Amino acid sequence: MSGITVNTKINGDPVEFICEADETLLDVLRNRLGLTGAKEGCSTGDCGACSVTVDGRLTCSCLVLGAEAEGRDIGTIEGMAQGEHLHPLQSKFLEHAALQCGICTPGFLVAAKSLLDKNPDPTETEIRFGLAGNLCRCTGYDKIVRAVQDAAKEMRSAKAKSAKTKTAAKKRA
Amino acid sequence: MAKVVLWGSLRPHTGGKAEVEIEARNVQELLARLGDSYPGLQSQIKRGVSVSIDGLIYREGWLQPLKPDSEVFLLPRMTGG
Amino acid sequence: MPLDNAPEGKRKFNVVGTRPLRPDGIDKVTGRAKFGADASAPGQLVGRILRSPHAHAIIRKIDTSKAEKLPGVKAVITRDDFPDHTGGSGGLYDTLCNVMAREKAFYEGHAVAAVAATSASIARQALKLIKVDYEVLPHVTDVDEAMKPGAPLLHKDMFTDGVDPKPKKPSNIARRFEFGHGDVEAGFKKADIIVERSFKTEAAHQGYIEPHAALASMGPDGSAELWCCTQGHYMVRDVCSQLLGIDIARLRVTQSEIGGGFGGKTTVFIEPVALALARKANRPVKVVMTREEVFKASGPTASTSIDIKIGVTKDGLITAADGVFRYQGGPFQGCSPAEFGAMSAFAQFHLDNVRAVAYDVVCNRPKTISYRAPGAPMANFAVESVIEELAHKLGMEPIDFRIKNAAREGTKSSYGPVYGPIGLGATLEAAKNHPHFKAPLGPNQGRGMAAGFWFNFGGQSCVTLNIPVDGSITVSVGSPDIGGSRAAMCMMVAEEMGIPYDHVRAIIADTSALGYNDVTDGSRTTFATGMACILAARDAIKKLCARAAATWGIPEDAVKWENGYAKPAGPNAGDFAPLSLKEIAEASPGTGGPIAGHHEFSADGAGVSFATHICDVEVDPETGRSSIVRYTVIQDAGKAVHPSYVEGQFQGGAVQGIGWALNEEYIYGKDGRLQNAGFLDYRIPVCSDLPMIDTQILEIPNPGHPYGVRGVGETSIVPPLAAIANAVANATGVRFTQIPLSPPRVLKGIEEAKKAGGRKAA
Ligand code: FES
Ligand code: FES
Repeated sequence: MSGITVNTKINGDPVEFICEADETLLDVLRNRLGLTGAKEGCSTGDCGACSVTVDGRLTCSCLVLGAEAEGRDIGTIEGMAQGEHLHPLQSKFLEHAALQCGICTPGFLVAAKSLLDKNPDPTETEIRFGLAGNLCRCTGYDKIVRAVQDAAKEMRSAKAKSAKTKTAAKKRA
Repeated sequence: MAKVVLWGSLRPHTGGKAEVEIEARNVQELLARLGDSYPGLQSQIKRGVSVSIDGLIYREGWLQPLKPDSEVFLLPRMTGG
Repeated sequence: MPLDNAPEGKRKFNVVGTRPLRPDGIDKVTGRAKFGADASAPGQLVGRILRSPHAHAIIRKIDTSKAEKLPGVKAVITRDDFPDHTGGSGGLYDTLCNVMAREKAFYEGHAVAAVAATSASIARQALKLIKVDYEVLPHVTDVDEAMKPGAPLLHKDMFTDGVDPKPKKPSNIARRFEFGHGDVEAGFKKADIIVERSFKTEAAHQGYIEPHAALASMGPDGSAELWCCTQGHYMVRDVCSQLLGIDIARLRVTQSEIGGGFGGKTTVFIEPVALALARKANRPVKVVMTREEVFKASGPTASTSIDIKIGVTKDGLITAADGVFRYQGGPFQGCSPAEFGAMSAFAQFHLDNVRAVAYDVVCNRPKTISYRAPGAPMANFAVESVIEELAHKLGMEPIDFRIKNAAREGTKSSYGPVYGPIGLGATLEAAKNHPHFKAPLGPNQGRGMAAGFWFNFGGQSCVTLNIPVDGSITVSVGSPDIGGSRAAMCMMVAEEMGIPYDHVRAIIADTSALGYNDVTDGSRTTFATGMACILAARDAIKKLCARAAATWGIPEDAVKWENGYAKPAGPNAGDFAPLSLKEIAEASPGTGGPIAGHHEFSADGAGVSFATHICDVEVDPETGRSSIVRYTVIQDAGKAVHPSYVEGQFQGGAVQGIGWALNEEYIYGKDGRLQNAGFLDYRIPVCSDLPMIDTQILEIPNPGHPYGVRGVGETSIVPPLAAIANAVANATGVRFTQIPLSPPRVLKGIEEAKKAGGRKAA
């Protein structure tokens, strides 16, 4: 079997791997690169547990071939925290007990981040539809929605604050 | 003597009696004597039973002591999700 | 163990009842937590399973020679690799037959062979090279059909147990159970109104998002290691070693983080297969189910057919309740929760005359396994539907009718024993006073409610608590943590020791580290393993006090423990400055070595649990689609250790019930094959299907636990089926007797009612 060499970027770092033609990106992440944060719940695009971003777009990595990662920018759950600082979504998921077993959590976090990147102030309905591609069997979604609402609020106020300090700094200058 | 209450479909094995009296110090002894007196019950006892003693359910408390006036219900062995 | 509360006043808690972050949280939000499929071993092979395409067939011959010759294939196994060590009968033998088919394949998806190969694609190719010679037999997948005389027989030696005289002909009815008391015929004679209806419920799958996964290694000497996602790794160890014929002590099972179970991971499926492959290949083998395999060959719960008859007087007193509960549990006897359905069906009522007859039936479907409060939701659906109908006939508010007939302390339960203090009345009253109950409804909306019951269990737990020299604490428990139980364990230990929550760390130990721990099921973990944690902490406190006593040179019983300190018990004991946990721990190397607390026991006294649910449903008259507009769960938790996770159990159970009520079902074709083995067609609720799920936790202390804790994990799935069916009936004027209430079924019901001109049953 001849392997395909793929050059890509994962969470900002250049990565080179060899994979077979029929291997999914999810298989590559999990089995070749040791990035097991993305989970396989169905392999048919129905559960969202394998969510990653490809060039910023939310994607089920079970529906993408590893070879298709060539030249792309892949974002996974492993890249979400900055050093020892959790992303606000990660902290809010913990604070709100938005996970029980936690198998769906990486997928939800990646999907929620992608939602808030596009829409920083979503309504409850927008959150619910934005996360409708991710299945959670444990929580009934209530606490997940609340965690996302709360994280969005915190991210907005952090942004407003930093905008304020920026303008203040400009004024002083 | 402890009073032992059987669930309905076990009654054919006790000659139709819903309740039987058994002298026993604990659950294990009670089940053994029950099986001796009514051999038809043995297959169910082997398959597994839980008991309720005076209102509290014991999934497998074989050494649970019985008072002389205890009321014991035989229940199918409990499982859960 | 009795409740600690002094009768004069309630115990005050410092940690219990707060909402700290869970100890395993960071790993779970960063992707570091290792679940079943996340582990690998050097030199590991990929294991895959060949499954029967037929619902019912004799396996004449299996030819594996071609597969064995394929380069990269390291082992092929069939029934021949599973000699019977079980004695040829009983539940363990059935498990063996289910893990790898023997004479017959009993359902589509039944395992018939397995391979281990160096890559997934070679393993897949190898499966195609295995030739199985089947003699296809007629099959049956419907419970009512299976009970008919002349139905295709699954077992020639199955003679219904529990009927008198014993039948002479074999059938698919494994067993009959009967529960109840009083005289139902006499009771019905006293009734002014009687409602009698028949119901059907379809099978639902537990639907955990993590498929079963196992990584096994086993040497030729029989020493083995297994990593897997399970609700009970001690159970896995015991069952696998018995099936493989090795000493229990030779097999060490480590449980991974578990991605949901809900009862579905309380048995073995692929674990013995992975071990047998590893033994034959003498290399580590990893087996992971696909989602299709999960649907076809694991889970689900029983499908049922139920008849209910209830009689009442004009003033709303129930005079008699009678039910027949037919549950199919797949191909093996004793797997359907028929008896629990029958026992729990009428448990929420105070009844003088009650009878519940259950039939455990076999069918050509996957072997069913527990699903959250096994057997209860279907029975509750049938009974609470009739209750609602009776209330309408009486012209009584359904809630008042329920309150009037509710079981209370001293009631002889429908399954036998007399209730102690129970929380049913409180949940009903709370429902009646809830703002949801009086909120106005919109067009096409209806409100429904139901009350439900579940037993809860205790069982075996073994806990070790170690105190390192800095005075922090590690607690090793053997109960897999499915929904945040580690946090609850830490909280209870912190409460006992009188130290902050974050000084305690809980881990789930592997099977070599602790004594036996029962499966995490029956809502037992926070109750039973939690109680073992409390008692292990008390054991450690005794030892800490002894060290302080030795240090001070006073008797042990002259020392007491208070808020994390050893103190002289009274003025006569002497005047010593209190010693903190940290100080005693620091000195421990010189005062007698490490300090540890233990407790091992079989917990009893799990209090029964009740819940009342209210829901508003809007039914689209054009499509028949039902949407949940508002949902409230009110349940008795005894004492909520970590309220957020208690709420989470309430919400999660309710939503599983919503899915079952509205959409989820196993659909079989005429060929006996499952037609919807994927999340696309087996539709579990998604975020956009639902509103927020409101919760109200009641705390009626369980007298059988020092803090008053009751299990909370299961009861929440019991009332939704009925609550939703009642809401749909109130929205449409049509009483549906079959779930799921899928849009086509509801639409058909509405249209038929229109034709018939008014209220009717569909
Ligand atoms: S595994 Fe990709 S969507 Fe389920
Ligand atoms: S927390 Fe278990 S599936 Fe979401």
